[in-house]
Amino acid sequence: MEIFWVLVIPFFGGLIMALFGRQHYAPEINSVVSLCTFVAAAALTVRVISDGSFTAWNEQFFVDALNVFLVALTAFVGFTTSLFSRPYMLIEQHHGKLTANMLRLYYSMYQLFSFTMLLALLTNNMGILWVAMEAATLTTVLLVSLYRTPSSLEAAWKYFILCGVGIAQALFGTILLYFAAEKLLGAGGTALLWTHLNGVKTQLEPTVLSLAFVFLLVGYGTKVGLAPLHNWLPDAHAEGPTPVSAVLSGLLLNVALYAVVRSKVLVDGALGSHLAGNLMMGFGLLSVVMAAFFLSRQKDVKRMFAYSSIEHMGLMTFAFGMGGPVATFAGLLHMTVHSLTKSAIFFAVGHAAQKSGTQLMEHIRGLIKTSPTVGWGLALGTLAILGMPPFGVFTSEFLILTTAMHSYPWTMPLLLTALGVAFAAIFGRMQLMVFGDTTNKRLPHPPALIPVFVHLLLVLMLGLYIPPYLADWYRQAAALIG
Amino acid sequence: MGIPITGQIINMCAALLLLIAFAMLSQRRILSLINLFSLQGLILAISTSVVAYSSQQQHLYYSAALTLLLKAIVLPMILHRLIRKLNIKWDVETMFNIPTIMLVGLALVVFAFNLAAPISQMAATITRSTLGIAMASVLLSFLMMITRSKAVPQVVGFLAMENGLFFAATSATYGMPMVVELGIALDVLVGMFILGIFFFQIRTAFDSLDLKHMEKLKEE
Amino acid sequence: MSASAIFLQLLQNVLVLLAAPLLLGWINQCRAWLQNRNGAGMLQPYRNLLKLFHKDAVLAHNASQLFRTTPYILFACMWLAAALVPVLATDLPLSPAVDVIALVGIFALARVFISLAAMDIGTAFGSLGARREMLVGFLAEPALLMVLFTASTISQSTSLITIVETLAHKQFVLYPSMTFAAVAFVMVLLAENARVPVDNPSTHLELTMIHEAMVLEYSARHLALVEWASALKLLAYMAIGIALFIPYGIAEAGNWNALPAAIALLTFKLLLAGAGLAFIETISAKMRIFRVPEFMGTAFLLAVLGLLTHFLLET
Repeated sequence: MEIFWVLVIPFFGGLIMALFGRQHYAPEINSVVSLCTFVAAAALTVRVISDGSFTAWNEQFFVDALNVFLVALTAFVGFTTSLFSRPYMLIEQHHGKLTANMLRLYYSMYQLFSFTMLLALLTNNMGILWVAMEAATLTTVLLVSLYRTPSSLEAAWKYFILCGVGIAQALFGTILLYFAAEKLLGAGGTALLWTHLNGVKTQLEPTVLSLAFVFLLVGYGTKVGLAPLHNWLPDAHAEGPTPVSAVLSGLLLNVALYAVVRSKVLVDGALGSHLAGNLMMGFGLLSVVMAAFFLSRQKDVKRMFAYSSIEHMGLMTFAFGMGGPVATFAGLLHMTVHSLTKSAIFFAVGHAAQKSGTQLMEHIRGLIKTSPTVGWGLALGTLAILGMPPFGVFTSEFLILTTAMHSYPWTMPLLLTALGVAFAAIFGRMQLMVFGDTTNKRLPHPPALIPVFVHLLLVLMLGLYIPPYLADWYRQAAALIG
Repeated sequence: MGIPITGQIINMCAALLLLIAFAMLSQRRILSLINLFSLQGLILAISTSVVAYSSQQQHLYYSAALTLLLKAIVLPMILHRLIRKLNIKWDVETMFNIPTIMLVGLALVVFAFNLAAPISQMAATITRSTLGIAMASVLLSFLMMITRSKAVPQVVGFLAMENGLFFAATSATYGMPMVVELGIALDVLVGMFILGIFFFQIRTAFDSLDLKHMEKLKEE
Repeated sequence: MSASAIFLQLLQNVLVLLAAPLLLGWINQCRAWLQNRNGAGMLQPYRNLLKLFHKDAVLAHNASQLFRTTPYILFACMWLAAALVPVLATDLPLSPAVDVIALVGIFALARVFISLAAMDIGTAFGSLGARREMLVGFLAEPALLMVLFTASTISQSTSLITIVETLAHKQFVLYPSMTFAAVAFVMVLLAENARVPVDNPSTHLELTMIHEAMVLEYSARHLALVEWASALKLLAYMAIGIALFIPYGIAEAGNWNALPAAIALLTFKLLLAGAGLAFIETISAKMRIFRVPEFMGTAFLLAVLGLLTHFLLET
């Protein structure tokens, strides 16, 4: 029943926003809908904690330790982003960048986007997972091109075509998966259900599955932003409205990675070898290194943090690729803290860019003077994302690195260099943006930055103390992934 | 030859699909491209219904009907309307080096056939040998998207790729479960609408649908 | 070799010789109809030939022996080719002597002679035509060979008779590969017979002509033979097309009762093919000479695809 609410609320929220999105109370409704979704997700989480995993509706939906924590995370960040987007989008409207119609589109698509992500997470059907991922692309294409400027249209076009092509590969992978499963489970309903597939995974045809995994990894990997298929990501992040960048980085990439991980579980079972893991490690490592070196050449602040997202997604992919309880645990933790931190950074960056009237870093200076909260938010967020203790990112990165050092020592030089380069690039720029000299006056009203500090507080908490049920949860999920 | 007549018809359809994929690859005129796409949908529907008939799979009749409606009628109609409204009905794309493109296409076909060979040997369907052709048409549509610089042909390539994937699903497994197929069809339809809106936005912003104008965002 | 088979061979020889100009006339008539003209009638090619045979030949003063003998060689080659293709019945006594590769060789022989003869006089147009003919030929020949190989791999033989017997008289099978081969073959046919869109047989525009440029220096009986040979070549190509792609209705060995039906069916197929050719020529525009390699490249590619499809789908 909770599943029903988690999905129905954002879906109808999208329809409601399509009808009432022009009204002046639309942002409030948007937040309320997201809050309701979050409450439903929390209820679902409570139930999973008490009852364990279960399927619903003719086994079409499925909740276990792995996806329920992502559902909760998605609903939470979705809610805080809706809080952030309320003042942000209104200011954009005052600046004349958006019209009421565009806002209606924004709110409606925002809810539908949440719906598609939650559907992708909750469905038990690998085919529906694909459909939901594609739908997520479609809803965000219109969000990325919201400003209708030439560059935002270009970014959205690139996003659409690249992800469209990528996801088509994933469809082919899904077809191959179905092909292999059909022989064991029979044609029709059950052969694409993950729970059934998981039951027979050791008997699936290895040749077909390895080919299927290559297609699935390339397909969903495009959406994760893995190099060399990452080209759409910086553009879409930089040109779309900031709340959209926050949910893209914080949520969509996670959901795509979730799809990869789900596929990996099946393939590992069928192959009994480490092929899937090796592929993921390769792509992950390449993304980390590539992103780190592109980071240092960015001028646009949102672009820079978009590359940072590629780097972190690469790190997670690498962690899941290594496998084993510790690395997987670390990967899941990193997923959580990265979502929270990166969306917090985008909130702060959004305000900073809005105040400076530009996204170019050389024109953003002295935030600490003009707006202390934004300045501190950005400074702390950046420190967190760079893996400074005591934030949670430090814990997860530390775990990933120690595991890598133990099992794959040859990756250490690459990883450490990449992390070092990324650190130097981001830290130097952040320092200038936050503490640099400025002639701008202090702004009269401090912006509402509660979501930023809530996120950062959570990340800080996860760095110092992981609540036992959460740790237990991660452990269960890690055991599931293997 | 031990292939029953239905199997032969399906093979024939597969060959025609491959032929159309090559025709699309070398077609310069937008209008003809859309007509080819429509023809592709029609052949796809025919082959799906033949598969349905020979394998006694009820749900394939539905998906054949869906294909006919969506890919042979609705999507081409939308595209026709679009190019009429955008006033690019008679557009001709300048493409260089068609022979090279064709040769690359040929190499892709060989690659696809090789890749599909081990899988089709495992399949139990009467249509299994067409899997290679399905993969080849996916790759050819991909190639078409790469070589085009205008928005509408790229989208036609995208839709053609989806057709190829659909054909792969029918040939390897007698089609995906109905829920999934409906979902995919919905996605394609919605995607088409969004792209339609998109074309107008692009034209308003760039005064053209030539994607060469859209090369500002890149790493320097 | 039975007497009946010899009779059949003679019948085909005479028939192709007489039918070739008629086919040309039919195509021209169809073109006229499609282009809303009245046309000169289907018998016009005969009248042309008659007129040319009655004229006195004029030769350039530096014309060599080669120039004079070429029309006869050309005519002989084409007559032989047209007579060898089993379109009426499969037990032609001469046909086993020649397989598909040799058939292509006969066409190549004719091409070599006409090109040499065109250069023999030393005029600019002759050399230009010869060069273009060679360009088209060297691209068309591999495509044609690939088409024939596709048919050969299906029937496991390069002999035309075996191919026709496999395709026409065994159990009916749809060959997807032959679709590709058919499209490629039509393209080769257009190029080899100097039809639109590769060449236009009815103009003498120096910038575009290929075949006409080579035969500009011929007159009277020589020209008549060259033109008759061209008609025979077209007939031979159509006969190959019919034998490969629509062989149904060709009389089986020793089956005399089927012969009248076979003749009627063949006439019908030729009429249809001619009308089709006229239709293609009407709807397409002549392409620039530099686009011809692209055109022929496509034909070759399709033929190769046909072969590949055969291995994928039909084995």
